[in-house]
Amino acid sequence: MQDWEVVIGLEIHAQLTTHTKIFSGSPIAYGAEPNSQANLLDLGMPGQLPVLNKAVIPKAIRFGLAVGANIGRRSVFDRKNYFYPDLPKGYQTSQFTYPIVEDGGSLDIEVDGQTRRIGITRAHLEEDAGKSIHDAFPGMTGVDLNRAGTPLLEIVSEPDMRSAQEAVAYARKMHELVQFLDICDGNMQEGSFRVDSNVSIHKPGTPFGTRAELKNINSFRFIEQAIEFEIERQIEIVESGGEVIQETRLYDPERNETRSMREKEEANDYRYFPCPDLLPVVIEQTDIDQEARAMPELPDAKRVRYQENWGLSQEDAQMLTASRAMADYFETLVDLTGEAKKAANWVMGDLSKALNQDGLTIDRSPVSAKMLAGLMARVDDGTISGKMAKQVFAAMWAGEGHADDVIEAKGLKQITDEGAIGEMVDRVLAEHPDQVAAYQAGQEKMLGFFVGQVMKASKGQANPAQVNAVLKARLAQA
Amino acid sequence: MAIEKQDVAAIARLSALSVGEEEAGQVAGKLNHILDVLETMQSVETDQVEPMSHPLDQVQRLREDRVTETDQRERYQRIAPAAEKGLYLVPQVIEQV
Amino acid sequence: MHNLSLKTLSERLQSRELTSVALTQHFLDRIARFDGELNAFVTVTPELALEMAQAADAKLDRGEGHRLTGIPVAHKDIFCTLDVKTSCGSKMLNNFLSPYDAAVVEKLKSLDMPMLGKTNMDEFAMGSSTESSYYGRTLNPWDHRAVPGGSSGGSAAAVAAGLAPVATGSDTGGSIRQPAAFCGISGIKPTYGAVSRYGMIAYASSFDQGGPMARSAEDAAWLLEAMAGLDERDSTSVALASTDYSRDLSRSVQGMKVGVPEEYFSEGLEADVAETVQQAIGELEKLGAEIVRIHLPNKDLAVSSYYVLAPAEASSNLSRFDGVRYGHRCEAPKDLNDLYTRSRSEGFGDEVKRRIMVGTYVLSEGYYDAYYRKAQKLRRLVRDDFVKAFEQCDLIVGPVAPSVAFDIGEKTDDPVSMYLADLYTIPVNLAGLPAMSIPAGFARGRPVGLHIVGPYFEEHKILQLAHQYQQVTDWHHAVATDYR
Repeated sequence: MQDWEVVIGLEIHAQLTTHTKIFSGSPIAYGAEPNSQANLLDLGMPGQLPVLNKAVIPKAIRFGLAVGANIGRRSVFDRKNYFYPDLPKGYQTSQFTYPIVEDGGSLDIEVDGQTRRIGITRAHLEEDAGKSIHDAFPGMTGVDLNRAGTPLLEIVSEPDMRSAQEAVAYARKMHELVQFLDICDGNMQEGSFRVDSNVSIHKPGTPFGTRAELKNINSFRFIEQAIEFEIERQIEIVESGGEVIQETRLYDPERNETRSMREKEEANDYRYFPCPDLLPVVIEQTDIDQEARAMPELPDAKRVRYQENWGLSQEDAQMLTASRAMADYFETLVDLTGEAKKAANWVMGDLSKALNQDGLTIDRSPVSAKMLAGLMARVDDGTISGKMAKQVFAAMWAGEGHADDVIEAKGLKQITDEGAIGEMVDRVLAEHPDQVAAYQAGQEKMLGFFVGQVMKASKGQANPAQVNAVLKARLAQA
Repeated sequence: MAIEKQDVAAIARLSALSVGEEEAGQVAGKLNHILDVLETMQSVETDQVEPMSHPLDQVQRLREDRVTETDQRERYQRIAPAAEKGLYLVPQVIEQV
Repeated sequence: MHNLSLKTLSERLQSRELTSVALTQHFLDRIARFDGELNAFVTVTPELALEMAQAADAKLDRGEGHRLTGIPVAHKDIFCTLDVKTSCGSKMLNNFLSPYDAAVVEKLKSLDMPMLGKTNMDEFAMGSSTESSYYGRTLNPWDHRAVPGGSSGGSAAAVAAGLAPVATGSDTGGSIRQPAAFCGISGIKPTYGAVSRYGMIAYASSFDQGGPMARSAEDAAWLLEAMAGLDERDSTSVALASTDYSRDLSRSVQGMKVGVPEEYFSEGLEADVAETVQQAIGELEKLGAEIVRIHLPNKDLAVSSYYVLAPAEASSNLSRFDGVRYGHRCEAPKDLNDLYTRSRSEGFGDEVKRRIMVGTYVLSEGYYDAYYRKAQKLRRLVRDDFVKAFEQCDLIVGPVAPSVAFDIGEKTDDPVSMYLADLYTIPVNLAGLPAMSIPAGFARGRPVGLHIVGPYFEEHKILQLAHQYQQVTDWHHAVATDYR
C-alpha cells in the first residue's frame, strides 16, 4: 500500500514590537493588572474609533521584503464578525482581501541536510483578542482585555511542509527571522509568537485530505509532538474507514494528545467586509526603499559570512546566530578585537555558560562586548594568562569592574621578568634534587612537575611559556 | 432569494438575537418585504463598476506609536454589569475558541 | 427670547445685557413647561446647564469667550456625554453613563455652551419618525398628530418649539434634513468627514455625519463652524481648508447655477409639496440664480443600495452591545449564548433587530456579492451622477421628502414605506456630499423643506444660497402658535 503523505501549513501570529496597541494609544506591557491597559477603544465603548499605529507599517514591509514577497501597496482592513467575550467589539479588525504582505514570499529550511523552500501565502496586520480566565470565579469566566488590540502580523504559509520536523524547522526559522528583523520579541511563553498548524493526510496524487487545526501551542517541542500525534490520529481514523472532520483541536502536553474543542453546531460565517472606520493603507515606493536600505543582514547571510570570512565552523556560525542579540554581540567583539575565533570561543564558552547559569539573555549580559574585548586584549598582550582571564571574567560578571580594574585589584599581573622567574626556578630545582636526578636520567615528563611547582611558587602569576623555557635551559645546564 | 423560516434562525444566530419559533414566519415575511425592495438593484449592469466603500478617496492617517491612555479601569468598570477583581464576568465558557 | 437669532443672543450676551444663566434658565423653564407633552428630550440636565452658564458668564464678564459662549445647546442622544446618560434612544443604553465626551460635545463645551440635555431620536438613529425610540415618540410642534421626522426628531422639535436655540443632530440617510423639513427648521448635513464622528454612536459609519439644527441658515453656519474640523481620533476626519462657513452668507447669488433634477419631481412626490418647492425655486430665480435642469438617473437605486449597506455596517457596529462591559444585561443568564441573545433581544427594539438581521443576511456567505458588493457598486454610480451634475451647476435643489410630516403611527407597521420616503436624502449620504434643508412654506399646515445639495466641502455655498433665500422669505421665522 502507498504511504500516507502528510500536508502541513502554518499560521503564525507574531506580536509586533510597539509601545501601543494597533488602533489605540493604550500601552501593551505584558503582565499588567487585568484591564488596566484596556481603555475606551479597547473596551469597544460606543462611539470609539480606530486610528492605525504608524509603527506597524515599516515592520510589515520589512517582513515582506525579507521573505521576498510582494508588498500590498494598498491594503485594506476588514472586519471579521463573531461574538466572544474576549472580542469586545464583536468583530476582529484584520486584513482579509487586501493584505499588507501579498504572495511571492518563501523561506528556506533545512531538514536532514536537505534544503526545502516553503511558500508564504501572505501576511496581514490584525488586532489580538483579550484573554478569558476560566478558573478565577466559580461558574464564571473572567475577561481581561489588556491584550485586546495588540498588533499582530499573521504569517500564513503554503501547505508545503511534509513532516512535523519540517513544520518545526519552518517555525524556528520564522521565529529567528522575526527577531532578526526586530519586529517581534519572539517570546513564546508570553504569547508573542504563536503557531497554529493545519494538518492533513492524503495519498500522493490525490486531493488534500480534510485538515485539523492545532491551536495555541507555545513551544517548538510541543508543536512537533502535537503534529506527530495528530498525524497518527488521522491515519488511524482513515485506515479504519472513518473520516477526518474539519475542526480545531487543542494540544494537551501533559497527556501528549490533541483534543477536539467543543464542536460548533454550525460552521461560522465571519461576514468579512471592509471596515468603514479605517481607510486604505497606501504604501509608497519610497517607504519600501527605505525599509530595503535599513534591512539588517539576515541569519543565513551571516552564517555564510562567518564561515567564509572568519573561518568559523558551520556549527559555530549556527550557534552565534541563534539570536540577533547574540550575533550583534559577537560581531561587536570581533570588530573590537579582530580575533573571530577567540571571540567565538569566549561567546560560546564562558559567556554563554554564565548567561545560562543566571538565566539571562545576551542583551542583558553584565559583561558587555566592549568589556570582554578589554579582557581579551590583556590576554593578547600577555598581561594575564588564559587561566587568569577566566578568573577575571568571573569577577567582571560579578560586577567588580573592567578587566584592568580587576587585574589591578586582585594583583593578577603575570610575572614575565626573566630574572624573577629564574630565581623561582633555581629555588624549586634546589629543593628537589631527587626529581632533578630523575629528569636527567631520562624521565623527561618530570618537566611538568617542575612547571607546576614554579607556578605554585608564583601563585599562578608566572608566564607558563617562560617558565617552561627557563626550566628546560637550567635542567640542560645542570 | 426569499428568506425561509429556517434562514431566520441562522441569521438570528449569527446576529446573537433570539427569534422564537412562533415569530419566525412573521420576521421572515418582514425581511422578505425589505429584500423585495433591494431586488431592484439586480436590474443594473455593474460589471465595470468598482465597489465603493468610502465616500471620499482618502487614505489612512497614521498615529504616532505613543502611549496616550492611562489606567482608568475603576471608572470604566463602574458602568459594567458584572466585574470583579478587575475582570469582566460572563457565564462560564467551557472551552476557548 | 427663545425666537432670537444666535447673532442677537450673542450680541446681548457679549454686551452683558443678558446673562447666560438667565438665557439658560429661560430654556429650562420652557422645557419644563412643554416637554412633558412634546417629549423632545430623553434627558434634561438643568444643574449641569446652569453650572456651565455660570462659567460662561464669568468668562463673558471678563470680556473673554467666543461668540457662541453662553448660548445653550441640546445634543442628540447619539453623542456621548461624560457622566450623562447617553441612550441613543435605546433600552440597551438606558443605564449607560458615558465615560467620555464625543468630539462635538467636547468642542461645544470648550466654548462654554451650556448643555440643556439630550434629545430624543429613533433607536440607534434607525428611523425617519422618532417613533422607534425606547423613550416614546416625540410630537411635531406644528401638529401634535404628526411625527417630527427622524432620526433627529427630538433636536428638530426642540428647536422648532423654542426649547433650545440650537441643537446637534446626525444624518446617516437624511436624519438631520428630513426632521428639519418636517419641523420647519434649518439643518445641514456637512460633507462626510467635516465633523468628527468620535463619540457619536455609530449606526452606519461610512454614512454617519453630525451637523447643526437651527432656526436659520446663519445660526446653522455659526454652530457648524464650532463643530467642524480635523480630529486625529477619527480616521475619516478631514483637514478642512476653512471652517468659516459664514464667509459667503451675505454674498449675492446672482448668476449662481442651481440645478433641478428632473427625476426628483416625478411620481411619488405629493403635489402640494412639489408646488411649494417649485415656488421656492422661483424665489431663487428672483434672487438672480440661474436654474438649470439636470439629471440624476440612478436615484431609484440609491434607496436599495443604502438599505443594504447601512444595515450591513450597522449589524457589525451594534455587535459591541453584548451585555458584557456596559449597557443592558439580561437577568441571570444561564450560559454565554443566553447572555448574548437575551441581552440583545431585550435591549434592542424591532426596527433595530430587523436592520441587524438584514445586514447580517446581506453580508453572509452566498449573498455578499449579490447584495453587499452590488450595493457598493451602485453607490459609486449614484456618486458619479452627482459628480457629473456638478459639472453643470453650483448647487442642486429639490424636495427633502415626498410628503409633509406624516401622522404618528401611519408608517410604523410598514417599515418599507418609511424607507422609500428617504429617496431624496439618501443619495446625498451615499455620495458623502453636504446638503441642507430649509423651511420653504407649508402644505396642509405642516412645514415643507427645500433641499440644497452642494459639491464636497462647499457648505459655505449651500449656506449662502439658504441665507439669501431667508433674506427674502419669512418661513424660518414661523413658529407654531402653541410655542410662540
